[in-house]
Amino acid sequence: MHLILFIVFAGLCLAGALNLLLQKHPINSALSLVVVMTSLAVLYLLLGAEFLAAAQIIVYAGAIMVLFTFVIMLLNAGREERTLGSKAAVALGFPAVAAILAVIATVILKAQDLGSVSLSDGITSTEELSRVLFHELLLPFEVTSVLILIAILGAVSLARKGHGDQEAGK
Amino acid sequence: MTIWWFVLWSILKVLVVTVVLLTAVAYTVLLERKVVGRIQNRWGPSRVGPFGLLQPLVDGAKLFLKEDIVPTSVYKPLYLLAPVLALGCALISIAVVPFGNPEVAPQGFRIFQISDVNIGLLVVLGITSIGVYGIALAGWSSNNKYSLMGSLRSSAQLISYELALGLSLVGVVMLAGSLNLRVIVESQAAHGLLSWNIFGGFQFVAFFIYLMAAYAETNRAPFDLPEAESELTAGYHTEYSSMKFATFFMAEYANMITVSCVATLMFFGGWTSPLGNLIGPFQNQIINAILPIFWFVLKVFFFLFLYIWVRGTLPRFRYDQLMNFGWRYLLPLAILNIVGTSLWLALKQ
Repeated sequence: MHLILFIVFAGLCLAGALNLLLQKHPINSALSLVVVMTSLAVLYLLLGAEFLAAAQIIVYAGAIMVLFTFVIMLLNAGREERTLGSKAAVALGFPAVAAILAVIATVILKAQDLGSVSLSDGITSTEELSRVLFHELLLPFEVTSVLILIAILGAVSLARKGHGDQEAGK
Repeated sequence: MTIWWFVLWSILKVLVVTVVLLTAVAYTVLLERKVVGRIQNRWGPSRVGPFGLLQPLVDGAKLFLKEDIVPTSVYKPLYLLAPVLALGCALISIAVVPFGNPEVAPQGFRIFQISDVNIGLLVVLGITSIGVYGIALAGWSSNNKYSLMGSLRSSAQLISYELALGLSLVGVVMLAGSLNLRVIVESQAAHGLLSWNIFGGFQFVAFFIYLMAAYAETNRAPFDLPEAESELTAGYHTEYSSMKFATFFMAEYANMITVSCVATLMFFGGWTSPLGNLIGPFQNQIINAILPIFWFVLKVFFFLFLYIWVRGTLPRFRYDQLMNFGWRYLLPLAILNIVGTSLWLALKQ
């Protein structure tokens, strides 16, 4: 059952990622990214990380991607012009991708027993996760939130500055 | 219990709940027309059936039989996807709501909840946050300025109020120590009315924040700016007709019902009786199973009635007022509520 779900949603995730690159219209690309985020959330769920899955949906699919689509709608972005890219990119890019894929493939083929992937037992449930976050990792957690706060303050002050200039110009 | 029985049983439950929910949606519309009619000193629908009770059937038939017009300049894939997303998300979140006492489970089959998820509350919030796409895409793909304005307003409004909504529920989650909706209800079951979170848990501030944020989340009056008739014709669904319009309509009412269910579960003790153990367990097992459903439906009905009452009473806000109110008042108040609740919990220990 888990394997079937994994294959379905891993496939969906890859298809969404490819579609994201191939679509010409920005809004289709944004929606493909939503598909990728949501299928990633299902993969987290299959690993037993329920809180992470919910956070992935609420934060990425529900808030950040809505802002992306919001901006695309607001700017009324049209279709992208498809260019062939530079010759150097084609000449270097394809061999580079082939080389990376070859390296990964050999590593995977060499390792006979990959074992099963699972999160460490301590942090699966929401309660355990919060205990880790608010006891053992309290300082890094709080420092990160202060960092985000600084970013917000910076954005607000930049936005206000532009606004003030406009008012002065009038 | 083998897995196939489980799947079959789940499908059956999903079917029953969906049918009940859609019927409830149809009759909420009727209730709204009736109550708003009485508030405005007129009768509301009264011709079809006794007291107009068959009006939803006639409305449904009308919407089915109307011509389905797709304007020529819409972006068709997203134009068709949007109503599906809106209604789909509205219907999915009811799956984690426990309607009655889940301990009533003959032979291990839980009757009154489709799925008992550890993170039930987060599932509801997550699916609600995905529901924004339905409205946003509908407005954008319609290729109409009124639709676009409506959907831009709606996306901004939903993102802003989602914060206040989520933060207002944190206090309750801290009191219950769980995100599981069943556990949250059971934590309020001890002394009836007195142990509900709104009274016994001192979460009344959180409750009013939740109520206001929920009205904004469901695009209902006084925050129904995404479809403000006087400015935007019909907002995001201007270009939709026939059943596609009805899909948005049903999604809005289904969302109202979900929000009312969550309010009931989080603040009003879910399926528990307000009288606590005063009218204790009865001899008859069937009454014991049905009575919690009665209380649950009564509470949800109260919230739906409140929705309609507010719609009939309050005028629409201006857009800047809406944003100011959300960010300057509701959000700080919600954070203060969290701080206060955690202090109280810490001192109580």
